[in-house]
Amino acid sequence: MINIENLTKKFGDNVVLSNISTTINKGEVVAIIGPSGSGKSTFLRCINLLEQPSNGHIWINGEEITHPKANKMEIRKAIGMVFQHFHLFPHLTVLENVSYAPVKVKHLKKDFAEKIAKEYLTRVGLMDKMDAYPNRLSGGQKQRVAIARALAMDPEIMLFDEPTSALDPEMVKEVLDVMKDLAQTGMTMVVVTHEMNFAKEVADRIIFMDDGRLVEEGNPNNFFTTPQSNRAKEFLEKVL
Amino acid sequence: MNLDFSQIVPSIPFILKGIGATLQFVSVSIIVGLVLGTILALMKITNKKWLKWPADIYTSIFRGTPLILQLIIIHFGIPQLFEYDIPVFMSAVLAFGLNSAAYVSEIIRAGIMAVDKGQIEAAEALGIGYRPMMFNIILPQAWKNILPAMMNEFITLTKESALVSTIGYMDIMRRAEIVGAQIYRNLEPLLFAGLIYWVMIFILTNIGSWVERRMRQSD
Ligand SMILES: Nc1ncnc2c1ncn2[C@@H]1O[C@H](COP(=O)(O)OP(=O)(O)O)[C@@H](O)[C@H]1O
Ligand SMILES: [Mg+2]
Repeated sequence: MINIENLTKKFGDNVVLSNISTTINKGEVVAIIGPSGSGKSTFLRCINLLEQPSNGHIWINGEEITHPKANKMEIRKAIGMVFQHFHLFPHLTVLENVSYAPVKVKHLKKDFAEKIAKEYLTRVGLMDKMDAYPNRLSGGQKQRVAIARALAMDPEIMLFDEPTSALDPEMVKEVLDVMKDLAQTGMTMVVVTHEMNFAKEVADRIIFMDDGRLVEEGNPNNFFTTPQSNRAKEFLEKVL
Repeated sequence: MNLDFSQIVPSIPFILKGIGATLQFVSVSIIVGLVLGTILALMKITNKKWLKWPADIYTSIFRGTPLILQLIIIHFGIPQLFEYDIPVFMSAVLAFGLNSAAYVSEIIRAGIMAVDKGQIEAAEALGIGYRPMMFNIILPQAWKNILPAMMNEFITLTKESALVSTIGYMDIMRRAEIVGAQIYRNLEPLLFAGLIYWVMIFILTNIGSWVERRMRQSD
């Protein structure tokens, strides 16, 4: 469970997130939507401390990660992240990409880590690519490897930052399908996305952000049919 | 045309001995430059100001003044300041090593900075610590940018090494000058020295191109 209380993030004088409070329950799938520049990525990156919040508190399973003495590395082990541009390690094979962190960070034996890595590669349908280097993969395949890489750390929470925005349209589905499967296994997921159909279908809750604020949140049905705020109405008119 | 190489024939072994002398001090200088340059580069990429500053100042001084000036200051300044009669080999290695370190540190820094920032984020998000991230993720990728530039630095160093003849180090250049003085003909020994340098640089350049091709293939 993630508790967020009055989260504020400033870059210099620029207030990018202001006073965001919300709770994300275990097993919940939350879709974050909103216009570009509204702070969605920054919000996500505060949850695994890629950005240091300026103010406010975040607790994960009751433990405050924004505490000055909190151990960033320990926290990140439990949180997987998938980026828009994949960021696979280009000098490592697909199998090495997925097994590297379990060996280095969790100190698993190499064969054991590889066994786990293969299980996840099978799950994302890329077992046959395990010896390939990332530059041989399509965008959709790269993103599926990136998902496997994050899952191999056995995280409790998965963060996705526009995982399909850099993909050619024909590859979006294969990635969304993997994410749907993952949602069905009960993974806690926070997904920044522009895929409104995915948000409608898969998310348990929508968070709508604008200008660094959490403007509105609610279940997808209500949000998409009867948005409360004018900002959300305007946004939906543009994207739907 | 007044060109007669027959007179330098007896002195050829004497000049050729300079190859060893040149290679010896160039290779030691390269090692000094690599070690110090790597340390300086690591200082430059931290976000700790007190580490960055000295490294930046160092680089600025050694890149911003002529190498021959550095060489002569070291060779004649150290005896004056410390009353230590520094051997020419040591002066040569110090000047070239310290100078090369400045260039090497820039090559390494630039190579590291050219690696996509997303790689660091991905590593951090996986909980990978600074050292393994640096050594297993960032440096292996930076290496591709670093190695070709480094080969160029070695070639420049070898070529510029002839400067040490000015402080009396018995390298190829110095030996050619001595032979010239003995036989009262300067051009022929210098042309011969030029040939030796050209062959050495030719070989190094080819190794460099080979390295560069290999790096590009592995892309
Ligand atoms: N590292 C940074 N330094 C300064 N400003 C930043 C940084 N990261 C993001 N911003 C600013 O924060 C705002 C929100 O960015 P972001 O969280 O990426 O929005 P979104 O993901 O919704 O498009 C933008 O105005 C952006 O310019
Ligand atoms: Mg974004």
